[in-house]
Amino acid sequence: MTSFRLSSLRLFAAAFVATALAFTALSPANAEAKKDFKVGWSIYVGWMPWGYAMDHGIVKKWADKYDINIELVQFNDYIEGINQFTAGAYDGVMATNMDALAIPSAGGVDSTILLICDYSDGNDVIILKGKDKLEDIKGQKVNLVELSVSHYVLARALENIGMSERDVTVVNTSDADMIAAYATPDVTAMVTWNPMAAEILQQEGAYNVFDSTKLPGEIQDSLVVNTQTMKDNPAFAKAMTGIWYETMALMAGGDAAAEAAKIAMGEASGTDLAGYEAQLAATEMFYKPEDYIKFTEGNLVELTQFVTKFLFDHGLLGDAATSPGYIGIELADGTVVGDESNVLLRYTTEYAKMAAEGKL
Amino acid sequence: MRRLINRQPDVVVRFGLMLLPFVAVIIAYMIASEARLSVNPNDKLLPGWSTIAAAIERMAFLPDQRTGSYLLLQDTISSLSRLGIGVAVATLIGGIFGILQGLIPYFRATFNAFTGVLSMIPPLAVLPILFIIFGLGELAKVVLVAVGIAPFIIRDLALRTEEIPHEEIIKAQTLGASTWQIILRIVVPQMLPRLIDGVRLSLGAAWLFLIAAEAIASDSGLGYRIFLMRRYLAMDVILPYVAWITLLAFTLDLALRLFQRIAFRWMYRGN
Repeated sequence: MTSFRLSSLRLFAAAFVATALAFTALSPANAEAKKDFKVGWSIYVGWMPWGYAMDHGIVKKWADKYDINIELVQFNDYIEGINQFTAGAYDGVMATNMDALAIPSAGGVDSTILLICDYSDGNDVIILKGKDKLEDIKGQKVNLVELSVSHYVLARALENIGMSERDVTVVNTSDADMIAAYATPDVTAMVTWNPMAAEILQQEGAYNVFDSTKLPGEIQDSLVVNTQTMKDNPAFAKAMTGIWYETMALMAGGDAAAEAAKIAMGEASGTDLAGYEAQLAATEMFYKPEDYIKFTEGNLVELTQFVTKFLFDHGLLGDAATSPGYIGIELADGTVVGDESNVLLRYTTEYAKMAAEGKL
Repeated sequence: MRRLINRQPDVVVRFGLMLLPFVAVIIAYMIASEARLSVNPNDKLLPGWSTIAAAIERMAFLPDQRTGSYLLLQDTISSLSRLGIGVAVATLIGGIFGILQGLIPYFRATFNAFTGVLSMIPPLAVLPILFIIFGLGELAKVVLVAVGIAPFIIRDLALRTEEIPHEEIIKAQTLGASTWQIILRIVVPQMLPRLIDGVRLSLGAAWLFLIAAEAIASDSGLGYRIFLMRRYLAMDVILPYVAWITLLAFTLDLALRLFQRIAFRWMYRGN
């Protein structure tokens, strides 16, 4: 019997160790010089070039040049990618400046916007059914992905006409179901982004009453990396920058190769060349490193404060936050918006400058 | 015989063994959480107890700053009423169709294949159709729960009805009972406790459909809150919500079992 008792004890011990191991797998990645890097991206007009670069050897070319391995992983769920980055499983992720601030930065992960791929210039749209003025939104139920960029666009739009979120009722709706939702009679107002917005606006009675052309530069679609990883591995930052601007140069070329690339990107995002061109028209792409440097070294203070105010108003900066400036944001020139002792989001143009000077 | 299958743990050991896996998971969580928090004190993935306690206080015991309502209470009421109505409708439909399909050959010939096929359709895959028909409001959520579990209940109950010993039906007929009387006096009384079993088994699926429906379009509910919080990885809120849903589901199951024991005492006689 002793032998049996022992074996059952062993069994429990084994089960315990297995559980502990399963949790240990969740321990944060240690930042140090390393060779393998993983970056998450999801389907969005401004991020499609990353998928193209992965499929057409541009990623491998730059990774080989710096003797590292880079894997770009496509997430079907945008937020899950950011969550994985925040948890430490990924070294970089494509995210908007707002989500970078609300998820990794508010979660204590010091993050750096290595480069901005584009800003939304009409991609995010407020749509009303049968009404053509933004003022008509008063009292309506508004379907949108709550706490997302759409929510931000709504808040900014209402602010512009002297209303607030109290004047509407927000209904959280999954982005995957927006088009189906619009077809139902009880949905009369909606905030969504392309390609869904373009699809919905084709339907009868759908009016674009506000879009992100009125918020230029506020919604930045960026490559966000872990600051420590970037500092310890300049090769990673250089390779990512190289990949991006090589792909951008290809896209902006205006020749047959550029068209072939755009066709591939369009098809990968479920549309065709014309559909992809239409989305690009509502997107201000930073094709050249100079464009990005000029934008980022311009005055971002006010834009950043709009975003921090929205996040603070919605409790997204964490419970400890006492003001919109609770988390400090270091701009490219070193000025800090918010708390200088709690800087968790940084802009940098260091690597883009190397690209501009051809030093990569 | 001193064999493993004959050895019974006494009360104390049994209680200890029951707690063991729970304690093991909690300790493992604490170790992992500690490890992550020592690297990053603001880590959101595996929050510490004090963070979780603060989140519970904020969600359950303090009115929300923006709306003034108690969020946990509001979410629980929304979710339980949707779940309750959906399950009740499914139970009613399941009871009627199950008994008729199990008992009446013409009815079975008409509907058996249909409910069989229906039960194989994943309701989440046809959501856009449900939206168009039932809208995006409360009705669609209730319908999703009902549509999700009704076919299972129907099929389960039809099989149980067919299991009623044929002798009973013959006997009732020799005593002059009509079809209607057989249904009311023989089949329904025997099937009610089986129906409760079927509902208990489908409660897990009902929660799944409810949370899926709330994730898609909603402004309150336990599933709504979890998916909203997931947007910024607020595991300190999500973990207590998951525990709360588990507790609610466990309590519902227990309540149905107790109700069955008390209301259908005869079932437990003899064994």
